[in-house]
Amino acid sequence: MNQISHIQMDNKLDIKAYLDADEQKDLLRLLTAGSVDDGKSTLIGRLLFDSKKLYDDQLTALERDSKRVGNAGDHIDYALLLDGLKAEREEGITIDVAYRYFSTNRRKFIIADTPGHEQYTRNMITGGSTANLAIILIDARKGVITQTRRHTFLVSLLGIKHIVLAVNKMDLVDFDQQVFNNIVADYKMLTDHLGIEDVTCFPLSARDGDNVVEKSEKTPWYEGTPLLEFLETVPIHADRNYSDFRYPVQYVLRPDLNFRGFCGKVASGVVRKGDEVIALPSLKRSHVKSIVTYEGELQEAFPPQSVTITLEDEIDISRGEMIVHPDNLPFIGRHFTTMLVWMDEEPMDTGKQFFLKHNTNTTRATIAAIRHRIDVNTLEEKEGKPFQLNEIGQVDILTAKTLFFDAYAKNRQTGAFILIDPITNNTSAVGMILEPLDESALENDLVPTLDLKKLGIDPEHYDAIDIAVKELARQGLEVKVVK
Amino acid sequence: MNNYHLSHLQELEAESIHIIREVAAEFENPVMLYSIGKDSSVMVRLAEKAFAPGKVPFPLMHIDSKWKFKEMIQFRDEYAKKYGWNLIVESNMEAFKAGVGPFTHGSKVHTDLMKTKALLDALNKHKFDAAFGGARRDEEKSRAKERIFSFRDQFQQWDPKNQRPELWDIYNARIHKGESIRVFPLSNWTELDIWQYIRLEQIPIVPLYYAKERPCVEIDGNLIMADDDRLPEKYRPLIKPRMVRFRTLGCWPLTGAVESTATTIEEIVEEMMTTTKSERTTRVIDFDQEASMEQKKREGYF
Repeated sequence: MNQISHIQMDNKLDIKAYLDADEQKDLLRLLTAGSVDDGKSTLIGRLLFDSKKLYDDQLTALERDSKRVGNAGDHIDYALLLDGLKAEREEGITIDVAYRYFSTNRRKFIIADTPGHEQYTRNMITGGSTANLAIILIDARKGVITQTRRHTFLVSLLGIKHIVLAVNKMDLVDFDQQVFNNIVADYKMLTDHLGIEDVTCFPLSARDGDNVVEKSEKTPWYEGTPLLEFLETVPIHADRNYSDFRYPVQYVLRPDLNFRGFCGKVASGVVRKGDEVIALPSLKRSHVKSIVTYEGELQEAFPPQSVTITLEDEIDISRGEMIVHPDNLPFIGRHFTTMLVWMDEEPMDTGKQFFLKHNTNTTRATIAAIRHRIDVNTLEEKEGKPFQLNEIGQVDILTAKTLFFDAYAKNRQTGAFILIDPITNNTSAVGMILEPLDESALENDLVPTLDLKKLGIDPEHYDAIDIAVKELARQGLEVKVVK
Repeated sequence: MNNYHLSHLQELEAESIHIIREVAAEFENPVMLYSIGKDSSVMVRLAEKAFAPGKVPFPLMHIDSKWKFKEMIQFRDEYAKKYGWNLIVESNMEAFKAGVGPFTHGSKVHTDLMKTKALLDALNKHKFDAAFGGARRDEEKSRAKERIFSFRDQFQQWDPKNQRPELWDIYNARIHKGESIRVFPLSNWTELDIWQYIRLEQIPIVPLYYAKERPCVEIDGNLIMADDDRLPEKYRPLIKPRMVRFRTLGCWPLTGAVESTATTIEEIVEEMMTTTKSERTTRVIDFDQEASMEQKKREGYF
């Protein structure tokens, strides 16, 4: 009797200990990219399966589906587990980004599973934008091919810091060390060219599990860890920008007359209670009075925390504006050059005024110049013509409102934006800002000026005009008011 | 190396709060759909957190199919009152008065009329332009591919082949009149994350999640709790007390119980981790046809 209750208690302690440990795990977001036949879905299925997160009834459904449409012969087709949508099951390919979740004793993982073939570049870009790490799959029999180049270029464009080269199907080349080494050497040439520093290579057979979770006996020459162990331990914490405080104001909270809080997510950098801050674009200064959360006040806030900041002085800050430290300003301007990926079926129209969304700020914007396009297969520059779907290149953008931004390479949070078609509302393009451009030559026709005195408007109407101007700003139009 | 470290739950929480605030800032008339389930309970708490110390600037809406467990309705009303939520309850009264129910009309007709149609009618009636839902991507295959801001046309339909690209944390909230966005702030949470969060934050949940002796009857392999006297006559003699709990909550005739002795969150998690059935298998509606959830989502059901 005593013994039984003791065991039960132990059990309870165990699960509690498990949950307490689980609570401390961090999160790794990873992107997988590979060609249709590289065995990408099989590798993910293997990671999920071997980390014991596959529930039995999902497996039962899988066996049922495998018999109907499977491609893997007698093996369980892990790919079917991942390909959720009816349409793509019929086509036998993954057509969109699918997110998968698994955890080990050390970490939680979110996998963005994206397709590898050409017409779906936009999905890989979508899946990779938040990734800490990318797994690029290669078929050991084929080596570095055009698609590998394309995927690696996209990964570097997205600023993903860590790359895993998974040389899969090693079983089909007899786990030959020379084959592996040649592929790694080829690949390093490519990543050196693109300036990617952190590349780790693995010889795998996803189908049989070699070097996925456990070290394979078939590759005695391979001295590294299995893939999963690497994923569990690769340090990602330092990848965030903790040095440049950027706080795009998302929502202004005014529950009563005594409280005016600026809600937002810390995009980068660290802010402490008492810090001197400056609001953009007004350039008004104040000090951080408190950093408020549901649980109470914090002494400091860092990315990617969502908090609410109150200031010592009553200064007017709206959504889309930014709070920063006065000694560390972002670029402030309306003209910049950027890498752009065209995501829309409808080709680029340089005559169009788009909506540009950058952090919490929305503005009208035009593509002022097309510098060049990039051939993603050869990585060579091509003539600057309007982009078609999935084309990538460098353009200059002119906005109606002032933006507060950094180069994407320095700050992934404040260097990114999307372009929205004003008619279809589709997300037409996404951009990674390179650098600001000179504005002295700009015609100011995008920003109309209202000189209230000149127009003979009485000061009693100024408040009403301010409100109207704010509403226009919310819709992406800036009007300069002279009082 | 600094100490600015967030656990996965803190990171997910920050992401969800950011999403919720983005909707409040960008839409004119958002609503949070409330299913009274455990995921909804977490989503509601995240909304409370997003606007603290202020009040949440949008209402909570429950689509009452008129076949929900009594304990759910009681919990809903008590929670909304205690935390000061503006609660809207909508039902398809026409179908209800016509006697539509799962026993007489089958699960498909019942779900179409009392859930999907009721929801679409309610969204149209209130002219909501954004609706939060508590769906998670790890729940089911078609959900794994859905965006966080999921565009719906004027007929509230989802087109899985034509989704807007969604990058970083920049969400495209632009729509034309009559169109809307479904927003899923819990997209990246897993079932374990939800339980873990409920445990850490001590979030109230409907007691049906905990094991207790309840009057049950076995119908087509599912353990159905006799929640009210609309259980057809033929099943009544078969009712037996069983020690059960629910892994998901919905309409009582369509929600299978599982035999369990778990009375704490720790025990629920332990059971979940050693169990052999994934969460949604206790939902009868998923089995209507292959890819049935995808079909329902295309038609406007979450």
